[in-house]
Parts: sequence; C-alpha cells; structure tokens
Amino acid sequence: MFNPDIIKPENLVYKKTSVLTDAILHYCPGCGHGTTHRIIAEVIEEMGIQDKAICVAPVGCSVLAYNYFNVDSQGAAHGRAPAIATAIQRLYPDHHVFTYQGDGDLAAIGTAETIHACNRGENIVIIFINNGIYGMTGGQMAPTTLLGMKTATSPYGRTVELNGYPLQITELLAELPGTYFVTRQSVHTAAAVRKTKKAIRQAFENQKNKKGTSFVEVLSNCNSGWKMPATKANEWMVENMMVKYPIGDIKVDGEIIKK
Amino acid sequence: MTEEIIIAGFGGQGVLSMGKILAYSGAMQDKEVSWMPSYGPEMRGGTANVSVIISDERISSPIISQFDTAIILNQQSLDKFENSVKKGGVLLYDPNGITHPPTRKDINIYKVAATEKAAEMGMAKVFNMIVLGAFLKVKPVVTEEFIEKGLRKSLPERHHGLIPENLKAVQVGKEIVETVNQL
Amino acid sequence: MAKELKLMKGNEAIAEAAIRSGCDGYFGYPITPQSEVMEYLMAEKPWEKTGMVVLQAESETSSINMVYGGAGAGKKVMTSSSSPGISLMQEGLTYLAGAELPCLVVNVVRGGPGLGTIQPSQADYFQATKGGGHGDYQLFVLAPATVQEMYDFVFLAWEVAFKYRNPVMILSDGAIGQVMEKLYVGDYVPRWTKEEIMKISPWATFGKPDYRDHNIITSLELDSAKQEIHNHKLQAKYREMEEKEVRYEAIECDDADYVFVAYGSSARIAQKALQLGREKGIKVGLLRPITLFPFPKKPIAELSKRVKGLLSVEMSAGQMVEDVRLAAEFRCPVEHFGRYGGMIPTPHEVLEALEKQIINRK
Repeated sequence: MFNPDIIKPENLVYKKTSVLTDAILHYCPGCGHGTTHRIIAEVIEEMGIQDKAICVAPVGCSVLAYNYFNVDSQGAAHGRAPAIATAIQRLYPDHHVFTYQGDGDLAAIGTAETIHACNRGENIVIIFINNGIYGMTGGQMAPTTLLGMKTATSPYGRTVELNGYPLQITELLAELPGTYFVTRQSVHTAAAVRKTKKAIRQAFENQKNKKGTSFVEVLSNCNSGWKMPATKANEWMVENMMVKYPIGDIKVDGEIIKK
Repeated sequence: MTEEIIIAGFGGQGVLSMGKILAYSGAMQDKEVSWMPSYGPEMRGGTANVSVIISDERISSPIISQFDTAIILNQQSLDKFENSVKKGGVLLYDPNGITHPPTRKDINIYKVAATEKAAEMGMAKVFNMIVLGAFLKVKPVVTEEFIEKGLRKSLPERHHGLIPENLKAVQVGKEIVETVNQL
Repeated sequence: MAKELKLMKGNEAIAEAAIRSGCDGYFGYPITPQSEVMEYLMAEKPWEKTGMVVLQAESETSSINMVYGGAGAGKKVMTSSSSPGISLMQEGLTYLAGAELPCLVVNVVRGGPGLGTIQPSQADYFQATKGGGHGDYQLFVLAPATVQEMYDFVFLAWEVAFKYRNPVMILSDGAIGQVMEKLYVGDYVPRWTKEEIMKISPWATFGKPDYRDHNIITSLELDSAKQEIHNHKLQAKYREMEEKEVRYEAIECDDADYVFVAYGSSARIAQKALQLGREKGIKVGLLRPITLFPFPKKPIAELSKRVKGLLSVEMSAGQMVEDVRLAAEFRCPVEHFGRYGGMIPTPHEVLEALEKQIINRK
C-alpha cells in the first residue's frame, strides 16, 4: 500500500535518487546488484553529473541496467563494454563514462577489452560485480568460481585439473600502470555499503580529475545461483569468497598498497 | 598513348620510388596515371615490383600482366618478366648481377650500367634515377620539365635539396644507356 | 569547391577522406592490405587539425565495438580492416545494425578462406551483402573501383549512414587499396558540434539533458512481439534503400549484345576486356554495380530482356552471379567467370570466358 499523501515533507528521512528510474528491478531479492545500482546513482546525483554520465551495460544479469540508471546508456555485446566506453570517453572527454560488468562478462569473454582499456589508462570507471557464477544463463561456472564450488557446468565442484584456477582479475589489473584506483568492496552490510559508496565516489572523482582507469570490484552473493537463502548466501560469501577475494583497496593514487 | 610499365628488382633499390616519381611526373604533365605495387612479405628483403601506367585516356585496369616496357634490376625479375613484355616492346636492364641476359629477339633490349656508374660517381642514393633517365631516353613518355615537377611533388619538402642531384642522375642515365637488340 | 590534385593509394584516400569529411573517430587494427589507412592517419595527426580521435585497438573485435560506442553517442566514426579482421567484426556489425547505428566500415578484401592470402579478392561479397553476422539485417554496401571513389564514397557513406541510421560498408579490395592514382580532394567539412549532434541524432547517448528521458542504445528486446515489430521496421528501411539508393554505372550497354556485370577491380578489368571485345567486333557492354546492397536488380532485369547473355566477372568462385541470376530470372544465359584465392583475371581471360561460356555456348 502506497499513499503519497501521508508522507509529509517533515517526515521524509530518505528519498530514492532521481538518477534511478521508476522501473522495477528484476534482480533476485538479496542480490547485490540493486544496492550497487543505488550507490552509483546516488554518487552521480551528489556529484551533479547526470547530464554527463553515460552507462555501458553488459551482458549478464545486469543486461537491463540501462533501464534502471536514469542516464544515457548503451548495451554492449558480451564483454565489450570497456571498448565501447573507451570510444565514448575519448569522443566526449569531459563526460563520465562507466561500465557495469559481471564476472563472466569482464573476466572471461571480455578479458582482452578489460586488460587493454585498463592498460591504456582509459579515463573510465569500471564497476565489476563478482558473484563467482553466471547468474543470468542459469548458474554456470565463471572464471571467478571458487575451487570446489558446484555450478551447472561444474556439477561436482570446480577442480584445477578440469577448470584451472579462480581468476583474481582485480589483483592482475592493479599491476597495470594505466589503473589509478583499484579496490574490492561488498554490499552485504550497512557498513560495507558505506565503504562501497566511498569507493565509487572516489572512482568518479578520479575520472573528473582525468587520472586514468578506476576499477571497483563489488563482491555480491548470487543466492539463486548458489542455491541458498539470501542471508545464508551472505554468510557463505564472507566465509569463502572473501578468503579468495579479500575486501579492501588494492591500488590507491596509482600506488599498489596491498599485494 | 598508353604506356604500361613494370619496374622490378630487389627491395631497397628504389623500385617503388622510381615508379612513384614517374607516376607523379606523368600526373604533372596532365596524363592519367596508376602505380600498383607488389605488397606483402615479398617486400621484406626479397624482390619488389611496381606496375606504372601512363596514359592520355582513363585507365581501365591498373592490374596488368603484359607490359610495353619492363625495367629490370635483378636476375629473378628478369626471369619472371622477360616473357611478359609485349611483342615489339622494350626491356631495359642493369647488367649488374645478371648472369643470364635476356634472349628474346622480338623486343627492343637496352641496358644501363647504373649500379656501376652510381658507385663510380658516388651517387648510390640516386641509382634509381639513373635507370629512370635511361628509360626516358628510350621512351620519352614524360618530358624533363615534368620530371622536376614530379620530384617536387613526390619528395617531402625536406628532401627538395636533393632534386638537382636527382636530375643530374637522370642526365647520366640518358647518356650511358646502350642498345642490345634493336628491331 | 576548391579541388586539389593529389596522387594517393586507395587506402590513403580513405584516410584523407575521413579527415576531410569531418570524421570524429577512427578505431582500427593493422592487417594487410589496408594498414596504410591507420598509418596515414597516425602520421597526419588529425587530432591536432580537426580534433578527430584515432586509436589503435587491441583487436578488430575491440575496434568495431569502439565504433559502436562512438556511433551510439552520435559521432561520425569508422574502422577499416581486411577479410579475416572483418570476420571478427561480424559480432559488432550485427549489434550495430540491430541498434540502428550509423557508421562506416571499410573492407579491403583479400583472398580466403581462413588466413588465406594477402592478395586482392572479392570473395567477401556474400558476407557483405547478405548480412554477415546473425539475424536479419543488411549493411549498405558501396563498391569503389577507383582511388577517387574510395575518397568520394567516404562522404557518401556518412550521408547514407545518418539518413537511414544504418552501418555502411565500403567493400574494396587489395588492388584498389594499394593502387596509387590521381585524386582530387575537396575542402574540409567541419566536424559536428555537440549542438549539431543533438539535432541530427536526438536518439544518441551524448549525456541526458533535463528536457528528455534517458536515451538507450541497445539491440536487445526480450519481448518477441516487440522484436518482430523492430524487424519490420528494419526491413522497411532496407526496402526503402532498394527503392531510392541503387547506384550503378552502365558502360556501352545501349547497343550491347553481351554485358559483363562486375564491380570494383573486376569492373576495371572487364572494361579492358570490353575494349578488346569491341576491337574484335563483339558488341560488349559493362554494368558496374556501385551499390552491392541495394543491388541494381532493375537495370539487370531490363538488360536481360534484350541481350544474348550476361557474364558476372568476380574475383570469387561465383557469389554476385547469384544476384545477377535472380535479377535476370532466366530470360537470358547468365554465367560466372572468376579467378580467386588472390589471383586476378586478365582482360584476355575475361573476353575468352565470354566467348566460350556465352557466345559459343553449346
């Protein structure tokens, strides 16, 4: 039940940012996408850059991200978002072009585009949602899937022999001289959300100052893909994902601070 | 008038630039021209060749397999192109490194000892222009005035100081060309 | 318009035309025989003259997606490559066509299949004119036969691309790319300002102003009914191109008994064969399609009603001949003659093929 008449201005404690549209999110309850969307939109609103922000959406669960961000947006072919963002940013150097990509998109099929955009130091913001699985296509193995983790294409658990190692792409990208800011955050607690917002704000500020590539990984659960209730999925993420993918800044102001 | 020419030799002998200067000169003289190089791995240290067409009319095909004139600067190119000269056409070659000279009796054959002369006169850089001079003596398809204009147009400005030396080389070529077989 | 005479390779003419036509961005990856396009641009440094962006990408896949990004943002952007690279770009091309983005892609064709050869070929005709990637779509395809046309068609490409919101391909080949000929260049056309872009391409993602909703560039539509409507719209656009945009050149067709149908390099070879034929007293003509899509169906249909035969001359195993046959509807014999794998037919071979396959056919 929703009645705007009973909301008096003096009672308003929180308002949805206008940089998100009124479209209803299709994400599963408990998933980190919605929260991350909100954080990005709030940062854009707070910085007053809605008219200069251009979103490049991926293929994956967030394929429809362009319906939610109330900014001009382009939907990319699978993995190609950094190439698309490269061109837009170079053609509109004072704009704020950002990509929003998942682990399959960014770290498997789009690895070349990701590495080369970062290596050129493109002045773009890359938001990387890592949930260790292909959500949209039905829970198949991702490059970031943990060893032993069961997915639709590793039904007996990921093994080194069959599938190789989980890819720590974020640590790899931090090594490239073109990246200026590389961090890994999460959105599973209120405190984590605040930190992620700070990181995303930092990324867009870097872009404003033309510092090169800013890369923000956000760990998320995929409760549907992991076949767990959302709260349990968050616990599992803390106990397992965060061991392989520890939270925190990796590269700040162009300097690696954590190996 | 349509003159279809192949220039062939080793990469580095100035084959492509000789063709370019010839094409530019033709263009300056208000002729239709085309310059079609061989390209690809064969450019790397191997043979290089370029087809040049100079014509009073619109050029139909820039890709030609039979030539009015073949300008040949090494044995491989002689072996490859001797038989592609049209009957009654011209074959001009530099005898340097040629162990099996041309044998056809149905074409006009000339030779120009450009390598030798260039070394003797310390003009190795403009060796190809000695060859071009020899060709223009045999077939004056463009006049000297336009050769100078062609050089001016095809060379970057910083090299314009070299134009007199290039023109001198053309003169040398005209002087030293010898007839081998005249129909 | 001031005309300046230059002597240039076809590939260089593409690059010069890009700068002079107000192109905003070129994104490419080196491949023989078209690398001179980017080499020329990098040497010219157009970013200092016109502000044009030039970038060497990490692959053709990336290049074409950069084109997608730039085109989606309303800019005049282009790439160029040769056959194997164009195959890699097919993914991007179908997205560009689906999202209806205007752009220019130049294919300086070499022989295939596979890595093939670096010599000239026309074996990418099917790929260029029948879609190329997945889904029902068409590129607008121009086939230059001279260095001058390489230059002129860049200007034409922008016109058509933005008129129809459709990718345009210039389908050239190694011979036209590498040959140097006389070229008359015109004045510089200034690049569009942001205000002009907002007017010309109000649908583009140049940043959302307050007065409108956010613009979205995508080829995705999960609702099949809507996707069918989108396809109807695309098909209507292609039919309109067929109605209004066909271009061809007819050479000595009026009194011809036999007509060569050939485009690009082959048309020039066929024109020489035409001269040889006329010298022998054979009344030969040449129909040169300039647009390969839309294909000049009507003039070929007309010819087929009165000539004794059509010979499609292509540097392929026989691709365009299928379109010639469809247009001729069996009203006259239609045959194909081609050399392929990087081999180039000689005018004598072409004339001989006409005599053998059509004039003296059993």
